[in-house]
Amino acid sequence: MRTEIPVAMAFIAGMLMVVSLFVPHPFIAEPAAVMRGWAIIITAFAYVLGVANIARISLHTVRNRTTDWQYKAALVVALVAMAGVGIAGGINSGGLFDWAYLNMYVPMQATMFSLLAFFIASAAYRAFRARSVEATLLLVVAAVVMLGRVPVGEKLWPGLPAFTEWIMEVPNMAAKRGIMIGAALGAISTGLKMILGIERSYLGSD
Amino acid sequence: MHPLSRRLPSYGLTLPLVLLSLLLAASPGLATVILEAVDVPNDDGTALGLTWMGDLAEGDSLTISRAAYPDTAWSYVATVDAMREGYIDQGLSRKITYVYKIESAGGRPALSGPVSPSASFLNTSRLVMLAVLALYFISVLIYIKLAARGREFFVRRISGLNAIEEAIGRATEMGRPVLYVPGIDDLNNIQTIASMVILGDVARMTASYETPIIVPVCKPFVVPVAEEAVKQGFMNAGRPELYNPDNVRYLSDEQFAFTAGVNGIMLRERTAANIYMGSFFAESLILAETGFSTGAIQVAGTANIHQLPFFVAACDYALIGEELYAASAYLSKEPKLLGTLKASDLAKVIIMVLLGIGCITETLGLTSFADLFTAR
Repeated sequence: MRTEIPVAMAFIAGMLMVVSLFVPHPFIAEPAAVMRGWAIIITAFAYVLGVANIARISLHTVRNRTTDWQYKAALVVALVAMAGVGIAGGINSGGLFDWAYLNMYVPMQATMFSLLAFFIASAAYRAFRARSVEATLLLVVAAVVMLGRVPVGEKLWPGLPAFTEWIMEVPNMAAKRGIMIGAALGAISTGLKMILGIERSYLGSD
Repeated sequence: MHPLSRRLPSYGLTLPLVLLSLLLAASPGLATVILEAVDVPNDDGTALGLTWMGDLAEGDSLTISRAAYPDTAWSYVATVDAMREGYIDQGLSRKITYVYKIESAGGRPALSGPVSPSASFLNTSRLVMLAVLALYFISVLIYIKLAARGREFFVRRISGLNAIEEAIGRATEMGRPVLYVPGIDDLNNIQTIASMVILGDVARMTASYETPIIVPVCKPFVVPVAEEAVKQGFMNAGRPELYNPDNVRYLSDEQFAFTAGVNGIMLRERTAANIYMGSFFAESLILAETGFSTGAIQVAGTANIHQLPFFVAACDYALIGEELYAASAYLSKEPKLLGTLKASDLAKVIIMVLLGIGCITETLGLTSFADLFTAR
């Protein structure tokens, strides 16, 4: 029963969603909409699990003074402080929570994102080393595309931007669509395996 | 008071409306506009479509009003460009009959006949999609049946999946943990579900090698599923006592806070094998490059097409698109799951044939074949 009931629930919920794609009548559409609403509510409750998980692990680390416990302490302090400020003063624009979010969290997030520029450069350097025929082809095509997208490329050869567009829209798009079709079929297969209970390892059974 | 703003008797609404409409249209110096209201097909019975034709000029605007039968207290619906093809009025009730009125800037109204929205039992515009999906479902079931009868299927070698065990072995030799990142999307993304299935197999391997596995999680809803997958993997390996619940860690559901947390784990705990499976976005390269800088062997898999080049460039092995979904069958070698892979292959062959036919028919100027598959 530990697996049969969840599998039956997954089947009913999954089939309802599949059928609702083809049957617009309210006798299917309305239960499907209700179920989507339930999903949002359950997801919201899952945050309690998330906070419990992060608090348990962090406090455990702080209590045992394991390596780098100070980071966990800072995390717990920040978690409690932000939650306290939000609960006490609200999360409206202009409040302390909003101020902390905009002036502390957003700049930190932007800092992380800005690292991407440097990582792209280092990854591109490694990827474009001409060690094989494929890597050389990649290097040449990437150089052409990069040149075609900057003004100097057009100066070198007026047809370069159009050629770059052709590379992006024809061979590149063909490869992308091939991958997308394969991935879509894989996604449908995985969904079908879940709905029919063929794949049930996610339930904790073998 | 406008002549239509009074309440009409419940019987014979159509006739007075038509007479009134004809009278208004026949007014000297006023242009004629004909308004038609019809039920929108293939919907849940909450919309009506309006179309109009008549002496309308570029730049004219029309004010649409609606009344519920038999009451003719008009309520404003929208103001639209007179040149557009029509208007769909949504959010209506199936239990009410409606009449519509449009007025141009000159104040000449046109009335529709009474009409009620009705719900469709089948969206006929998706019949081809339904047929294709049904065929695919049937082929999957046939291959599963064949697999259950003992038919063996050939599955090509997927280097990225073979590399997972190699990476775990290396981590074991170095005495360092394995990091498994299941993407940053929630469980409503099928990639995350596929990732959870792979996680079970990876956890089983790490347990058999007695190597710790760390699973940072971005969405709280994924936490219990990841915990269950890891726990079950350790049980399947016969080493449940090695399972450490503190190693499935919820970090943050904010993208870059999560990224910073995972990078911190890589740098502080010196993970020797990093496995990224699931749905990744802009953080993919930040994670993979940080992992590269720590010297970890890295295996990644995603169906997010824009992140694939980053993983291919920065990781040792990458699973591309469908390989992510094939991983559970490949790793478990379970015949039923392998059967679904063969059904996918068959579907790909059929799609290739259809694409070929589509290319030929479109080149010849025959659009009806491609129209069959147009999404609506």
